[in-house]
Amino acid sequence: MRDKQIEDLKDYKYGFSTDIESFKAPKGLNEEVIRFISNIKKEPDWLLQWRLKAFERLKVLKEPDWQKPKYPKIDYQDLYYYSAPKSFKEKPKNLEDLDPKLLETYKKLGIPLQEQKRLNGIAVDAVFDSVSVATTFKDTLTEKGIIFCSISEAIQKHPDLVRKYLGSVIPITDHFFATLNSAVFTDGSFVYIPPNVKCPMELSTYFRINASDTGQFERTLIIADKGSYVSYLEGCTAPMRDENQLHAANVELIALDDAEIKYSTVQNWYPGDKDGKGGIYNFVTKRGLCKGKNSKISWTQVETGSAITWKYPSCILKGDNSIGEFYSIAITNNHQKADTGTKMIHLGKNTKSKIISKGISAGKSDMTYRGLVDISKNASNSTNYTQCDSLLMGNKCGAHTVPYIKNKNSNSNIAHEATTSKISEDQLHYCQQRGLNQEEAVGLIVNGFCKEVLQQLPMEFAVEAQKLVGISLEGSVG
Amino acid sequence: MEQKLKTDFDKFISMSNFSNQEIKLKKEALHNFLKNGFPGRKLENWKFSDINQIIQKNIGELTFYNDYNIKNEINDEIFIKEIEHNKIVIVNGKVERLSFEYEESDKINLTTVDNFNQNPNDDNSLLSLNNSFSNKINNILVKKNYSFKKPLIIYQITNEKVSNTNINFQLKFELEENSSIKIINLYYDNSEKNFINNLFNFNLGKNAILKNYKIDKRSNTNIKYDYSSITQKENSISETFIFSSGSDFKKNEVSCNLEGQYSSAFINGIHLLSKNKHHEIRTNTNHLYENTKSYQLIKSVIDDTSKSVYQGKIYVDSKAQKTDGYQLSKAVLLNEEAEFNAKPELEIYADDVKCSHGSASGSLDEDSIFYLMSRGLDKKTAKELLINGFLLDVVEKITDEEIKKLLKNMIGLN
Repeated sequence: MRDKQIEDLKDYKYGFSTDIESFKAPKGLNEEVIRFISNIKKEPDWLLQWRLKAFERLKVLKEPDWQKPKYPKIDYQDLYYYSAPKSFKEKPKNLEDLDPKLLETYKKLGIPLQEQKRLNGIAVDAVFDSVSVATTFKDTLTEKGIIFCSISEAIQKHPDLVRKYLGSVIPITDHFFATLNSAVFTDGSFVYIPPNVKCPMELSTYFRINASDTGQFERTLIIADKGSYVSYLEGCTAPMRDENQLHAANVELIALDDAEIKYSTVQNWYPGDKDGKGGIYNFVTKRGLCKGKNSKISWTQVETGSAITWKYPSCILKGDNSIGEFYSIAITNNHQKADTGTKMIHLGKNTKSKIISKGISAGKSDMTYRGLVDISKNASNSTNYTQCDSLLMGNKCGAHTVPYIKNKNSNSNIAHEATTSKISEDQLHYCQQRGLNQEEAVGLIVNGFCKEVLQQLPMEFAVEAQKLVGISLEGSVG
Repeated sequence: MEQKLKTDFDKFISMSNFSNQEIKLKKEALHNFLKNGFPGRKLENWKFSDINQIIQKNIGELTFYNDYNIKNEINDEIFIKEIEHNKIVIVNGKVERLSFEYEESDKINLTTVDNFNQNPNDDNSLLSLNNSFSNKINNILVKKNYSFKKPLIIYQITNEKVSNTNINFQLKFELEENSSIKIINLYYDNSEKNFINNLFNFNLGKNAILKNYKIDKRSNTNIKYDYSSITQKENSISETFIFSSGSDFKKNEVSCNLEGQYSSAFINGIHLLSKNKHHEIRTNTNHLYENTKSYQLIKSVIDDTSKSVYQGKIYVDSKAQKTDGYQLSKAVLLNEEAEFNAKPELEIYADDVKCSHGSASGSLDEDSIFYLMSRGLDKKTAKELLINGFLLDVVEKITDEEIKKLLKNMIGLN
């Protein structure tokens, strides 16, 4: 026992003080590591205390195990919780060094060469000055009073806002992964839209420098003040590789009176190889609070990547007349697994929610829609409409629908519909007759199936997402 | 509770004449139950109805010993007069009369089975409880090519002699090839605060037809769990109808295994609840072979502070191509305090299937009420008419005309 403690201390010594170059916290999850993270980010004391409180709570929490996709046990003591961004030395120098499969996908998606390099952290030459592009955008935003920066920066520059809203939607007493994130989150985005401001452009992590290296415990906080509007894009259609297997991000949205937040995600992380080896575990907690009257939060997601996707972007409809929406496409192929859906919690009067979920499973994958619609006693005149459709390709995959419906208010209406089907021979035949090959035909039909959700995405995103849908299903027919 | 269970069990065994084999199995079942206890909300199946808590709150301490040596009087007045029928009369969990007077006796085989089977993977602890405390199990075998001429009515009676007691009852039916039977379960409770645990097993051979109608109408304070397990071979049909209204708490669970091709299962149910009643229907249809079909329609009318729950699951095995599964649940909430919870679930592993479910809940349509009122009806009558129509939809699904008429009268829907 004592020996072990000494051993631990050794780790501590070397880990913290000497290895300046890579700035890595030692492996393991303990108070010291949390203090280290907080210290290196020069966080105020309240935030450190907040993290420590979350950690205390984490000790008593158990990892949930009710989900459909099972995964091997994660050793939380065997993970690094902080490492500074890699230097260019360690990164690939040329596109030729990359996996040819990846390059092929880029080509199909039509991603420009410079962009491909940026995505993989290859040093970009002077012609493509992404920094200056970003700066132009920054000026426009500052003019309007919009704050869009990394959360670390926000903690330094806007501590009052962060303190007021951080953890107000996902408290530190939440479930295991959310609490883990609260204890050890490293970076993420922060957005504040001042009252009555309509954000003039789609905000995207894309325009934030260093955004790709926020690590596995990302924390995003978006606040839309009274009467404001913002549309936020997360992720991109290009495949993303990451050596961290577990991703447990937290995303908090707060919409005050008459405000609207539109949050779109395209997730295309590494799903593992054809035999299901490797791949990312995407265990994200996303929650939006419609705090004020007439507020609106809308989630749109296109989930095509990750070995396991396990997330339920939710809306808490607290303000009267508030609206929550959820549009989702989830595609699983090969050995991918997804357990995703949403929660709509109606607390205020006249609240409305709408859920459209499209699940497509192919190969040996497994896909579950799990959702909760809860209309509480006081939520009079509330309505919900849910539609979840699944498409199966082949008989080695699974598609499941598990909706939970709770209605405690007699003046409220809930309607739920779900269907499961396959691509019919007739449809395929018709398309092939008109000169499309089988894969193109499937792509076309699937796009039609997903149309309702795709059209919710911002224009430029939608085009890419449409291609992505087709690519994700490659090799699944025939 | 553990001590109580053990002493009651010893007493029960000593007062009955079970074979050594039976005692051994019963002990195993008890052991199983002791391990798991009464199911609570932590279990997915009991998420919306925590029976452990409900028993504690409504009954408190339970007695598990039930004396099967007492001879109970049967009041003939309760028998249905409108139709001629065969009878099984069960009083406080004991079979008091078995009469198949309208049938050919050589076509039916009545036995008691000393061996019950519970799937070892089945974690339903109430089945273990039933297995450990139920009396000898009657097995009714309907022979090949025989169709029951008259319906069989199972009267399940409890009288004032029992209270705060757990009653466990089990019955088995085996339908051989081309046979058919119509069964009505009538619950007639004169007792207070018991926990009644019923288990029915149906085995349907090729082309067999089972029609089962369960009527729980008479108001009582008992807590009930009613489990039907139906296994179906090729081309067989099962039809289950549930009218659930009387007991303070009731959970009806129907589990269908469609093992042969062209077999089909229909489950329809009504919850008509008031006061603080809490009822649940859970259906589990497992499509295990090609070309099978299932259909469920569940409607609830919920008043006062009552609570209705529907959990339905359609499972489609990867072998079960060309499955046709449909499920619809609807609820009308009449009072602000009423509550409806649903979990319609699809678990599908085959691609060439047609499966869908729908669930809707809300208040009565104001426009429809207005329409009727504008035609001279007062509000109360208008509402009644709408509810009547809403529920009649389910009753109309009953395929046996004679029984449909009887049940309509009994339930009071026209």
